[in-house]
Amino acid sequence: MAEIKKKGWKELAHGDVLEAGTAAEFETGNWRSERPVRDMNKCISCLICWINCPDSAVILKDGKMTEEFDLKFCKGCGICAKVCPPKIQAIKMVPEKKSGK
Amino acid sequence: MAGDKVARTGNEAMAEAMRQINPDVVAAYPITPATEVAQLFSQFVADGKVDTEFVTVESEHSAMSACIGASAGGARAMTATASQGLALMNEMLHIASGLRLPIVMPEVNRALSAPINIHGDHSDTMASKDTGWIQINCENSQEAYDSIIQAVKICEHPDVLLPAMVSDDGFIISHCMEVIHMLSDDEAKKFIGEYKPERFLLDVDRPYTLGALDLQDYYFEHKRQEIEAMNKASKVIVEVGKEFGKKFGREYGLFEEYRMDGAELVILVMGSTAGTTKTVVRELRKNGIKAGLLKLRIFRPFPFKELSDALRGAKALAVMDRSDAFNSFGGPLFEDVRSSLYDLEKKPLITNYIYGLGGRDIGLDAIKGVYDDLKKMTETGKVEQVVNYLGVRE
Amino acid sequence: MAELLEIRWHGRGGQGAKTVALLFGEAALATGKYIQAFPEYGPERMGAPVQSFNRLCDDEITRHCQVTSPKIVVVLDETLIGQVDVTEGLQEDGSIIVNTTLSPGEMKDKLGLKSQKVYTVNASKIATECIKLDKPNTPMMGALVKVSDFLKLDGVIRDTEHKLKKKFAHKPEVIGGNLDSIKRAYEEVRGE
Repeated sequence: MAEIKKKGWKELAHGDVLEAGTAAEFETGNWRSERPVRDMNKCISCLICWINCPDSAVILKDGKMTEEFDLKFCKGCGICAKVCPPKIQAIKMVPEKKSGK
Repeated sequence: MAGDKVARTGNEAMAEAMRQINPDVVAAYPITPATEVAQLFSQFVADGKVDTEFVTVESEHSAMSACIGASAGGARAMTATASQGLALMNEMLHIASGLRLPIVMPEVNRALSAPINIHGDHSDTMASKDTGWIQINCENSQEAYDSIIQAVKICEHPDVLLPAMVSDDGFIISHCMEVIHMLSDDEAKKFIGEYKPERFLLDVDRPYTLGALDLQDYYFEHKRQEIEAMNKASKVIVEVGKEFGKKFGREYGLFEEYRMDGAELVILVMGSTAGTTKTVVRELRKNGIKAGLLKLRIFRPFPFKELSDALRGAKALAVMDRSDAFNSFGGPLFEDVRSSLYDLEKKPLITNYIYGLGGRDIGLDAIKGVYDDLKKMTETGKVEQVVNYLGVRE
Repeated sequence: MAELLEIRWHGRGGQGAKTVALLFGEAALATGKYIQAFPEYGPERMGAPVQSFNRLCDDEITRHCQVTSPKIVVVLDETLIGQVDVTEGLQEDGSIIVNTTLSPGEMKDKLGLKSQKVYTVNASKIATECIKLDKPNTPMMGALVKVSDFLKLDGVIRDTEHKLKKKFAHKPEVIGGNLDSIKRAYEEVRGE
């Protein structure tokens, strides 16, 4: 990853102002030690994981869940697995190393 | 030129200035001796004389918090307070300046408890001197009125974007009715202009985050910007004071030099005591004594360079502090003035008087006594006692 | 009146010592003078001794210290005499005006004054008859206008009427009585 050049005080926008949408430039995927794996046979597309994901890493297609997660941003927090309804349990967190490509 | 000549107390004058500014939001909590400012203003709201959203809050901490929210949202926001109220706000004062929000706050100087006391001294604003707020100290109701109007223009200047408190002395000015010249509502409105912030949180077309965590990597840069804004404020304060003078006949600067032409014995003081000192200076000058007064108006940003230039010719200087810094070397005003003079090749003999704590009266004789002390100093060439307590019973 | 004139009012909390200092100040402003009017603030209770002050001058008044040697003292309540030193700091050629039934001579003896002029007027009686309330502040202002002799009675009446109309918008019936009380005290005050 390239080193970001930090701006000096003269170049910075005045005050503690952060432009909106900067989270898109900040790839949190490299924080991950576990990744979510979805069992499409169990998933009922209730979208609870999609709502709760703090990194918008759950990918929808035509209003339905897909098997994929956006691994550029998924930091492996496990919230999706936790909120998946107990009777469904479609998402499992799997250690990165073992599943590693 | 000037509008009405009217009789107003300091508090009434401040409330009238707020009415003419017609801020979008005022959030305030009552505290003696500043209560009337917000109370009179709330009457203007009730009477439909302003368009302000008046927020009644449960403390001064909340008042400043509400002003910060409103100002960040893009509103022109104001509050008013004194003493313990200002002390309770302290945490939020730093946030207002750190987020670069141009909030203007009329403030009425009052002693800090304990012991509890409601009268005028400068311990409250001195306790807030390092909060990143511009501090304007006023001699009388006229200055308080004029300075509040100017403060709006100073704070909102793109080079500044800092908050300001405009203070006068509790009871001595806040409750004293005297003659002031008011601008017409139209003149005031035109002078301050419409508030058009470059960035504001309610701007849905250009969303941004304000007040995010700012750690070792950026905090210092942001603080350096704030320091620069304070440095630039001096120039803007002078510009706005000049423009005000051109339009309305009363010019303002960083300080007022009163009979400083060839003055050898000089008193440097802020607030209402400057007025009393003027009376003494007039009398001394009549008797051929080269007395002068330097009335400091802007305590923050502190005008180091300009002050040392103005004091170059003085032989002896007494700095008068209406608060103590407790075991520092002299009062807070003294510290800064003395430090400003350090680089002068030929320095005046300098001494400090702590006076008027808790509203203790300072009369003409006491001030005359200070000039007598200065005269003695110039004769002996020595400063017997650097820090003195004026008017305290031994 | 090139010189500064300083006045001290003595009253009890509730008698209007503060209000009358403001009214008098504003009336003087209307004639083009520079003025100050301020009360002394302490623990405020109905009946407690209170003071207020006026300064008047043709030139701008810059001093903001206390009034310590007044030219004129006005006492709204004679029961204060003996409890409060109403003559404290009164200038040698100054005057004191007291709301009392006593004659100026009797009051001068009571106060033990020598060089200063003493004026008396029964302001409580005037107030009770004109305003139907023992509020001696406005009649004492009438007496002060007479004694101080630098404001015209007509001007004061005109300005006070204007001010009272604002202050008592909800109680207009008291305005006429207040104005009458000023006129009567102006006529009835006696000095020695």
